[in-house]
Parts: sequence; structure tokens; C-alpha cells
Amino acid sequence: MSRRVADQPLIFARGLVKRFGDFTAVDGIDLEVAPGEAFGFLGPNGAGKSSTMRMIGCVSAPTSGELRILGMDPVRDGATIRGRLGVCPQLDNLDPDLTVRENLTTYARYFGLSRAEGRRRADELLEFVQLSDRANGKVEPLSGGMKRRLTIARAMVNEPDLVLLDEPTTGLDPQARHLLWERLFRLKQRGTTLVLTTHYMDEAEQLCDRLVVMDGGKIVAEGSPRSLIQSYSTAEVVELRFPDGLDGNAGYAAKLDGVGERVDPLPDRVLVYADDGDSAVAEVHRRGLTPASVLVRRSTLEDVFLHLTGRTLVD
Amino acid sequence: MMTTLVASRVSPGRVSAVISRNVGALRSGPSYWIVLVSGFFEPLLYLLSIGVGVGALVGDLTVGGRTMSYAAFVAPAMLAVSAMSGALAETTFNFFFKLKYMKTFEAVLATPVRPIEVAMGELTWAMVRGSVYTGIFLGVMVALGLTTPGWALAAFPATALVGLAFGAVGMWISTLMRGWQDFDLMSTGQFALFLFSGTFSPVQNYPLGVEILIQLTPLYHAVELVRGLCTGVLGVGLAGHAAYLAVMAVGGLWLAARRMEKRLCV
Repeated sequence: MSRRVADQPLIFARGLVKRFGDFTAVDGIDLEVAPGEAFGFLGPNGAGKSSTMRMIGCVSAPTSGELRILGMDPVRDGATIRGRLGVCPQLDNLDPDLTVRENLTTYARYFGLSRAEGRRRADELLEFVQLSDRANGKVEPLSGGMKRRLTIARAMVNEPDLVLLDEPTTGLDPQARHLLWERLFRLKQRGTTLVLTTHYMDEAEQLCDRLVVMDGGKIVAEGSPRSLIQSYSTAEVVELRFPDGLDGNAGYAAKLDGVGERVDPLPDRVLVYADDGDSAVAEVHRRGLTPASVLVRRSTLEDVFLHLTGRTLVD
Repeated sequence: MMTTLVASRVSPGRVSAVISRNVGALRSGPSYWIVLVSGFFEPLLYLLSIGVGVGALVGDLTVGGRTMSYAAFVAPAMLAVSAMSGALAETTFNFFFKLKYMKTFEAVLATPVRPIEVAMGELTWAMVRGSVYTGIFLGVMVALGLTTPGWALAAFPATALVGLAFGAVGMWISTLMRGWQDFDLMSTGQFALFLFSGTFSPVQNYPLGVEILIQLTPLYHAVELVRGLCTGVLGVGLAGHAAYLAVMAVGGLWLAARRMEKRLCV
């Protein structure tokens, strides 16, 4: 018996591979994204996130493996699928020859919408991304955050079933990021399925119901932000900085053996993973160690990533 | 088979959406208009300086049994050049800029629009630009008594074909370009065609080997087709020239779309 359309995953991948010559960018990943979900790819640069997004966006054919988008084959039905996707690329490719509003109305025409319908949606979307007052201006003078909001508005012009956002807030200042997150959160509340890539842990924690951690073209972990932290980290993390840390952190790590569940020496600090940070700090002092600074914080996805790959996410 | 395959997948609505983007860009400001206007004047200046000026020294010319003023001989060639350079400017400089720097087509290809539809829309736009040039140029020719209104009307669609042919091949070349330095090579080639394609003197004046070489190059066929119609000398040869240009248009378009797909859809 076939499943109802509504129950079908919007994205379904099995053993998905993308190679460029000898280089394997995506190395056999499995995915399922359900309607209404906010799904994230978390990973450092070069992990294979963007290549995966381009395959999902039907602009790049998979080298091998199975991929179904909205229940269709991205190679054969590419144009039909793209008609129901909204894409916000990593680098802005807005049209500098057109006004802010024309960027949306022109884009609407590529989806076969009438001019009148394009104008109606453009005005509505400019309102939504708070750019109505710039409608007749050029794109170039807009700030980075405004451009990104306009790109997101452009991605919404065909009322897509699935919105793909490739590093939506990379390069934006904190204020612009928060405004963008707030708009994306609203989209999510309206029931739009969001798929995004990011190398910011806070972004993934804010926006994603579920995410996969990618490294070297492979998925190394999958789950909700909370469950990933629970499975791969402890509730709290103690960050210790020692005055002679740069050379001695490995030595300090040895002295800290047994404090908390795990100890990770980094170049600039030593991380102690413990469910109770304060008692771990007490134990550090009891052992006669005197760090220059002590910070007890909640565990984040950064810690998950560090644990899984041995590297930090953003260098 | 290939053409039916392509035709079945092409949506006229999406092609016209690609064109309408360029109409929008036209409203963007004076810079595009300056490029447009300057492109028109070059062949006109050649017509006036060489066709009329040098023509006064040369006197009348007899080609294929017909005698005409030198200006009447040069004018159709400048008309063909104008169709060529109008379309080429659009599908080389402008197209390359959109392809490589503005990333316009990456944004377009994320929608249902396909590479062949982008190529067709851009080529149509290039042909329109070339036809604006040739329409005005034909008006000038009629005003100077270098052709009749009737033959001017007959020549106009031929100049559109010239625009399609050079526009399509230019677009294909653009997809192969590595950077702006390659455009210098192209300009040199374009200038050589401009000088030797039977533009300023009948090709029969050259040694036979050179004449055959010229007859293989595209602007020669454009000039011959347009000159035949402007001067009212018709013959089966014109169909051959038109066929040459049609092959250029279809082949260039197909290669351009394929290259664009290889370049952008990886």
C-alpha cells in the first residue's frame, strides 16, 4: 500500500554521492526531511553541505545514490521540482541592474506567474522582510542584512513547499542575524519547511528541529540539538585557561584526568565535560590547580562537533 | 530528433521572462543606453567616411555585371556589420558579465528556467538590439538614396538572421571565455572579418586562395545576403548564405546552452 502524499518525506536520500573528479564532496549520505520540519546541516567549510544543497536544489546531478525531492526525480523532473522550491544561495546573486521590487517581480516571471500576481506578491514580501521603503531603490546600496532579507523574499515569491537556505547569516552582524532569525522563525511557524546549512551552533540551535552534523562528506551524527548534546556531550562544560596554557595544556589535561566525564585540551584552553560544572571546578581547586580563568557554561553543538571530529567548527 | 527534444522542453513563457529581465535592466539608468547608442554609430561613421568620402575618389563599381556607386556597395556591408556587432556586444560582453560576475544565470537556473531557455531569451534580446541598429541604419540608407524602401524592407529580416547567427556563436564563445583578456582576441578576429569580408572591396579582388578562405568565414555570407537584398540582385546564392547563417544560429545556440549547463549545473 502506498503512503499518502502528505506523509511522504519532502527530501529522501539513500547513499547519496557527489564527486568532482577525484574529490568526493558528498560521500554516501542518507536523509529524510518531513513536511513542516526545520532541518539543518551543521559542519565546517568543505564538509559537503553546499554540494548536498545544490543536489537538493536540482542544479547539480548526484553522482550516485538515490534522491527524491517532493517525491520526484531531480534529474528528470528538475524544472517541476525547482518550481516548488525557494533557494537562498550562500552568496547573494541579486540583480544589480534592477530595483529591489523588480528583483522580485522579475523572479516571479521565471516561475510563470503573471505580472499582476508578481507585483502583488512582491509588495507583500517586501512588507514581510521590512524593505517596503526601499522598493524602488537599487540593490547595491543595501546593507548585507538587507540584501539577505531580499534574497529570502525572492526565494518565497513562488510560495515554495521547501525553502533551502545556504548559510543564511554568514557574514552578517549580530543585529542583522537576529532580525533574520526572527523572520525565518515566522516562516517556520507558518508551516514552511526549511532546510538550512550553517556553521554556527547557535543558529542551528535556534532554528532547527533536527539536524545532521557533516564532516568530510559524511553524516557523523543526527538528531535534535538537545538530543545531540545529550548523546555526545555532558550538561555542562567547564572552560579552564591557564597562564602558561599554550605549551602546557596537554600536561594540565593529564592532571585533570578523572575530573568530570572527559577532558579535552585545546590550544588556548582545557575543556572539562561534566554534568555538574560547579563540583568539577571544586575538584580542580582541590587538586591544587590554579587556572587564570574559569567559565562554567551549558554544553552546545560546538562541543558535540568537537567530540565527534576532534576539531572546532569555525577556525 | 534533437530539435524536437529541445522544442518539447522549451517554455515560451520562461523564454520571455528571460527577455523581460533585460527590458527591466534597460530602465536601470543611462549607462546601458550609452553603450547602445555608441554601438550604433561605428558602422554609420564608416559608411560616411569610407563609403561616401573614399567613394568620391573611387567612383562607380561594377560587381557581377551591375554598376553601382561605391557608397551603395559599402552601405549593405556596414548594415551587416551593424547587425553583427549589435548582437555580438549583447551576447559577449553583457552575457559574459552576467554569467561570470553578476551570477545572474545562477539565480535564474535555480527556478524552472532551463539553460536552453536562458540562451534563447538572451539571443532573442541580442537580435532585437541588432535589429534596432539595422532598422535605423536602413532608414539612413533610404534617406541617402543607397537603397529603396522596398528593398530595405526585404533586407530587414535578413539583418535579423545575421543578428541571430552572430549572437548565437558569440554566446557560445562567451561560455568558453576565461576572462576579459580573451575578449581582445575576439575583437581582433571581429576586426579582421570586418575588413576582409567583401565589405570594402569585392572578394574577387583577392588571390583565389584568399577568396576561398574568406568565403568560409561568416561575415562574408552576411554581407552577401544583405547586399543582394539591398541592391535587388537576387539569386539562388542568397539561399545558401541564409542557410549558412541559420546553421550558425542553431548550432551556436545549442552549444551555448550545453556549455552553460556544464559550467553552472555541476
